[in-house]
Amino acid sequence: MASAKRPLSPHIQVYRWQWTMLLSISHRATGVGLGVGTLLLVWWLAAAASGPEAFESVQGFIGSFIGQLLLFGWTFALFYHLCNGIRHLGWDMGLGFELDTAYKSGLAVLGVSAALTILSWIVGYSLAAG
Amino acid sequence: MDRRSPLARVRGLGSAKEGVGHWWAQRLTALALIPLSLWFVISVVAHSGADHEAMRDWVGSPLVAGLLILLIVSTFYHVYLGLQVVIEDYVHSEIVKIASLIAIKGLAILLAVVALLSVMSILFGG
Repeated sequence: MASAKRPLSPHIQVYRWQWTMLLSISHRATGVGLGVGTLLLVWWLAAAASGPEAFESVQGFIGSFIGQLLLFGWTFALFYHLCNGIRHLGWDMGLGFELDTAYKSGLAVLGVSAALTILSWIVGYSLAAG
Repeated sequence: MDRRSPLARVRGLGSAKEGVGHWWAQRLTALALIPLSLWFVISVVAHSGADHEAMRDWVGSPLVAGLLILLIVSTFYHVYLGLQVVIEDYVHSEIVKIASLIAIKGLAILLAVVALLSVMSILFGG
């Protein structure tokens, strides 16, 4: 291909590392992780449609240590991707590009997604117990 | 004004005229998924510890089934668009890239169909 020798724009290794870069790549990572998580969603729905035994085995998996760990990770991934996605939609409209605003919105994304994850699990556990 | 050289034009290099459609579809599904995924998480949390009977009653309501169908369609469309960009960015071998893109598209359609049929069989099967 003729394109193989074309000049490239400066790539990631020439820039000084900043924590907002970690937020950026995490958006991708959580997106891919949530894509994998749709397997559980489909399994859960298909099992509910199949019958009580199949549903029992999904519930058993979700209730196991690994299942709870995965579900916790997916809860955070979902809230993070959701909050940071809203941040991205703001940028798409030209809002919040100033460095100071981008730092603040990044911290807000981390804080809000962590808070919503913990809140969901506290409410979930108290409902399951009660 | 066309800034491409005549050689580039004749080789068909440059924009494939598809970028805007992809970008826009990704944003619109993102917008739809804000309320849908929040509703889904709240519902799942609210049903913590629920058994099979309760789950079927929940999915069997037309409103819930309808929202689940909207959630499934926008989720798998959004996942496919996102994974497509990731593959295009990181996979440089043309053959592996095309094979992965086809696999991801097929898998997204397959999973969406299984999820949709599950919801509909609960809705109509009672």
